[in-house]
Amino acid sequence: MSIASINRSGPFTHAASSVQKTMLTVLLALLPATAFNAYLFGWPGILLFAVTVGSCVAVEAGCLALAGQPMKAALSDYSAVLTGWLLAMSLPPWAPWWTGVLGAVFAIALAKHTFGGIGQNMFNPAMVARVALLVSFPVVMTAWVMPHPLFSAGAPGFSDAIAITFGGNLPDSVSAASALGYVKTELSRGIPVTQSMAHVPDLMDMALGTRAGSLGETSAVLILAGGLFLMARRIISWHIPVGVMGALFLMGTVFHAVDPARYTDGMFHLMSGATFLGAFFICTDYVTSPVSKPGQLVFGIGCGMLTWVIRTYAGYPEGMAFAVLLMNSLTPIIDQYTRPRAFGRSRKGEPLPLEGKP
Amino acid sequence: MKLFPIRGGIHPDYRKEQTSEKAIVALPLPDLLYIPLQQHIGAPAEALVGEGDLVKKGQLIARSQGGISAPQHAPTSGRIQAVADIPAPHPSGLPQPTIILEPDGKDEWTDLPEPIADPLNADPQLIRERVAQSGIVGMGGAAFPSAVKLDLGTRYNLEILLLNGAECEPYLTCDDRVMREHADEVVDGARIMAHALGVKRVVIAIEDNKPQALAAMTGAASTFAGIEVVGVPVQYPMGSERHLVQAITGRETPAKKLTADIGVVVHNVATARAVHHAVRFGRPLVARVVTLSGGALREPNNIEAPIGARVADLVAFCGGFVSVPASLVNGGPMMGQPLPGLDVPVVKGMSGILALTASEINEQPVSPCIRCGTCVTICPCGLVPVEMAAFIRKDNFEVAAQLGVMDCVSCGSCSWICPSHIPLVHYFNYAKGMLNALDRERRKNERVKTLAEAHTARMEKLEIAAAAKRAAVAARKANLAAATTEEKTNA
Repeated sequence: MSIASINRSGPFTHAASSVQKTMLTVLLALLPATAFNAYLFGWPGILLFAVTVGSCVAVEAGCLALAGQPMKAALSDYSAVLTGWLLAMSLPPWAPWWTGVLGAVFAIALAKHTFGGIGQNMFNPAMVARVALLVSFPVVMTAWVMPHPLFSAGAPGFSDAIAITFGGNLPDSVSAASALGYVKTELSRGIPVTQSMAHVPDLMDMALGTRAGSLGETSAVLILAGGLFLMARRIISWHIPVGVMGALFLMGTVFHAVDPARYTDGMFHLMSGATFLGAFFICTDYVTSPVSKPGQLVFGIGCGMLTWVIRTYAGYPEGMAFAVLLMNSLTPIIDQYTRPRAFGRSRKGEPLPLEGKP
Repeated sequence: MKLFPIRGGIHPDYRKEQTSEKAIVALPLPDLLYIPLQQHIGAPAEALVGEGDLVKKGQLIARSQGGISAPQHAPTSGRIQAVADIPAPHPSGLPQPTIILEPDGKDEWTDLPEPIADPLNADPQLIRERVAQSGIVGMGGAAFPSAVKLDLGTRYNLEILLLNGAECEPYLTCDDRVMREHADEVVDGARIMAHALGVKRVVIAIEDNKPQALAAMTGAASTFAGIEVVGVPVQYPMGSERHLVQAITGRETPAKKLTADIGVVVHNVATARAVHHAVRFGRPLVARVVTLSGGALREPNNIEAPIGARVADLVAFCGGFVSVPASLVNGGPMMGQPLPGLDVPVVKGMSGILALTASEINEQPVSPCIRCGTCVTICPCGLVPVEMAAFIRKDNFEVAAQLGVMDCVSCGSCSWICPSHIPLVHYFNYAKGMLNALDRERRKNERVKTLAEAHTARMEKLEIAAAAKRAAVAARKANLAAATTEEKTNA
């Protein structure tokens, strides 16, 4: 009677899925865009990336040790690596090292482990860190640079990069405005969108990514490729990305049609800032987005609309991070109102009526 | 034929190739047979034999008790060794009354009831009685007495008999083989059942991963009007009764109702074959086809075993184990139950015995939920497993019930797919048990309260009556006293 383990409940077969595999697939999907931007922004960006990811893993290990939780299993799920990776991608490429370290503390210690660790956090850790850094250090967090591809003339070498990242010696000459920031500044000086749009990179550059912006957000094409890969692997579905980009595009297009001098067009909204990175990789964070497909669509539309509102009316040129955090706070209520209809029951939970049957 | 989509579902690794090409073989008679009195849903049968009795194959050895029950018949000829408590093929392994039969090796049939002549024109009641007498129960695993289900036509307005040949559980091929090797018997059984139910239309649904069974059944059914053989998409849990009805008819069975309420009765293909045997030859249900499979088994096979053969006998027939199985399963790997050991007998509802290796089961340590929502997407019942599990973890069964945990069919899809390897369906089964217990407790309390209230009311009534009586006595005394005084005064 002892050959089989008794009382183990079914099912007695399981899919070969795991949290670790999911996280690794997302990292793989991020790789092309990240590699391209590492090339585009050179050594300072690579150093900042390494510091940020390394800090996140270190802070995760520290928190686990403090909580007395098993270290190996939790670290090997790669969730801290992913958080660090996404945080690094949302930082200005030549930002000093301490933004990455401080960001790691915000993201992992405050936004994740104070809530109880993986799966328990209300808010997207990377976005909490980005927003906390942005409101605390607005100058550092908006110091954009033009692309300085690796090994090109004028690109910083490794030792220059150490001076930039660890010495805080950001050369004045390289600074540039992001397209969203430029349009907003011009608008505040009374220059209409119709004029300022002539000075932003053309759509092709924005799609390919040869523009100023955060460390990982510039290449719409490569991020799209990564996003489609995630969809093909069924890690994410179309609901959130389509919701975000559809809402953003629609709001932009409609308002631009109403007043082209005041409002940028939908296409510009899509291609600038963190739209693609946000739509495919930030808003789709499992823990902080709704669980049902209709809920995810609502969540995505909310993120897109709020992003447009913040970009258009608020003090900050980019609104993706704020929009994500605001929608994160609505996730529980969206979940509650978008539960699927149970088999044999109406939406209200009553048994279906028998249609003309005795 | 137009099919309708069902919600969610999964595509597990089917692993049917281990046995799908193995023709059904009969198990040589074992030394002893253990026939439990309860092999079905409902009341256990009552033993009619005792130690030392000689029985023939097919002889009634235990009669059914009550409306929902089934009798047991001797699977072979021999001598009754005892009626004793033997571990049942149930996860608990608790003993239950069992008839132990020592075969004499002659396998001699008793005098069977006469075949029903021209059953398709016979009185339906006659067929239902024969099915009840023959001890036939649902052979897909539920083991519900079939005669009760064949009686639904008298109470419901039925249109379709749906024969379930989906066999959506991985590994299992017993229904596949029955349909391939005995298509004519299955189709004949289905026609007889349709007649008993009073329906004109029979649909036989088979998952598309069984092309030979589809071909064989289509061939067998082609000469008869009113029988359609339909290939349904390979999508677990297509074989779930309500989901199969939805896929075939587009009708959704309302919660707390039966498929009969929407005009459909579902029976398993092996049950139809048993009905054919009972009606055409008078033979009771004394054997069934069981799939023995799994990586720990030396030679997986489809075995026609007498009811009561020990699992150990079947495993030995398959050459034993090549490795120590990590789990022994009664049924399919998705919804099957753990077997408590090898010493339990084959029963009427046992479709498979699986000896699985750890790598086949692929059970991983549980990690925290990351709210990926896959369980919500794939739940065929439209439930939110992630949310229900969170409440059940905190023993909040009331909210879990509001979220619909009692609507869960325990198909196991959520547990199968969960990337955090959370045993979700285990949570739900636990919650269902607790809710049932709470419900029983509540009913008991209500009953006690009603009785107590009745008692109080009765006591009050008695008290009032007594008071009235006292008052009457007092009044009479007073009257008497008054009269006496009056008399005295008058005197």
